[in-house]
Amino acid sequence: MERTIRVLVAKPGLDGHDRGAKVIARALRDAGMEVVYTGLRQTPEQIVQAAVQEDVDVIAMSILSGAHNHLFPRVTELLAEKKVDDVLVIGGGVIPEGDYEFLKSRGIAAIFGPGTPTATTVEFIRTHLKR
Amino acid sequence: MADRGAPDPEGVVALIRAGDARTIARAITRAESADPGVEAALRLLHRHTGKAHVVGVTGPPGSGKSTLVDKLVKAYRERGLKVGVVAVDPSSPYSGGAVLGDRIRMQGRALDEGVFIRSLATRGSLGGLSKACAETVRILDAAGYERVVIETVGVGQSEVDIVKLADSVVLVSVPGLGDDIQAIKAGVMEIGDVFVVNKADRDGADRVVREIRAMLETAWVNTAAGARAIASGGVHHAASPANTAAAAGAPDEDPHAFLAKLPPVLKTVAETGEGVEALVDAIEAHRAKLTESGQLELRRKSNAATELKAALAARVLARLEAGPAGAELLKLAGELATRERDLYDALETLERILSSSGSPLAVQSGEQP
Repeated sequence: MERTIRVLVAKPGLDGHDRGAKVIARALRDAGMEVVYTGLRQTPEQIVQAAVQEDVDVIAMSILSGAHNHLFPRVTELLAEKKVDDVLVIGGGVIPEGDYEFLKSRGIAAIFGPGTPTATTVEFIRTHLKR
Repeated sequence: MADRGAPDPEGVVALIRAGDARTIARAITRAESADPGVEAALRLLHRHTGKAHVVGVTGPPGSGKSTLVDKLVKAYRERGLKVGVVAVDPSSPYSGGAVLGDRIRMQGRALDEGVFIRSLATRGSLGGLSKACAETVRILDAAGYERVVIETVGVGQSEVDIVKLADSVVLVSVPGLGDDIQAIKAGVMEIGDVFVVNKADRDGADRVVREIRAMLETAWVNTAAGARAIASGGVHHAASPANTAAAAGAPDEDPHAFLAKLPPVLKTVAETGEGVEALVDAIEAHRAKLTESGQLELRRKSNAATELKAALAARVLARLEAGPAGAELLKLAGELATRERDLYDALETLERILSSSGSPLAVQSGEQP
């Protein structure tokens, strides 16, 4: 029996713009995934706690505040602390391309900038699941 | 699958009982996807369940169920109780996907280790819950959560599955639904053990409270005492039972006593937490009443029978479909559609297959197709 892919869509940081997060949540839903949406202004601790309880396959974070280099790696650190090694972490939002390499080195598998077709993200998730 | 295999059931049960969040979460996922690997653990787990009081919170979409659950959890935590939450949202009938948004309103509890929140999608169930709900409740129960609060999908008139799973049902209404209150009197409106009018700071809250009370009190009219009181012309409405106490006679038919037994109707403003303490008191009072009267046991027996029948039906159907009769079923369905056969004819054919020896149902239990 095929397992349904579960994704946590999270908005870390203090910006209040969740249009992108909602668009991606909707796209993943239409691709047959179950999306747990937790709303605005999540701390990395809250995101990881929710990811564990919801047993998601993917954490997808959207950020527009500029704090991605601090908040995204904090999430992967906390996952490592809890010995969670089977969750795919991806990011999106307004993130300068110059930061992509750093984020990837910290365990963010991919960054999807503005204008990325949602089908690209869906396909990436399907082909990069860790469990 | 790069999953951590099917770990030994005893180890899983020990970790769940120790409250290990990842094991609890993974067990729920496995139960949801009917993963045969989890069955052994669920069997062992069963004897450690039955301790939690299960509270169902149901009501129409937008009535403030999630916010109310958040405040309920907070109040229970202040009373020193560990709380599990099962929040159900609908799956898409087209893609099978879902957006589960109940956590948004529950962020106040996000980092409390005494709270475990799990969102479930209905995955095709139509009664307001998800198929894995009962197993999820049992897993949280075994993990030591003393109250398990289930938030149903936003309901309309007939999604009453929660009554078959919860020990206490909280039915949430709001002002402004107007005649809808009248319309939902049969079905959903019948299942409440505690009634709540949320968003009670809005106009019309008192009217909704009165309408619900009136609906509940009509039950009194149907008792012998009520009928006599009405026949004697002493009362038009159960709200003035004092006049009829003498006429009613026997003490066990005292209308005051009867009215006291009716479910309470409370007002809350979940956003501010107003009225939530009284709601917790009412739920706990219902719990005490169920326990003392022995109704809890009866209710759980009846609920277990419902669950067992549903599980049996699902298993029989799955076996039937997996066996040679599965093809027969599809063929019969085709003939039904083209009017070559009628429904009863098709059913009789399938019943013959079911009862014949060597049917797929003769397969030993536990064997997976």
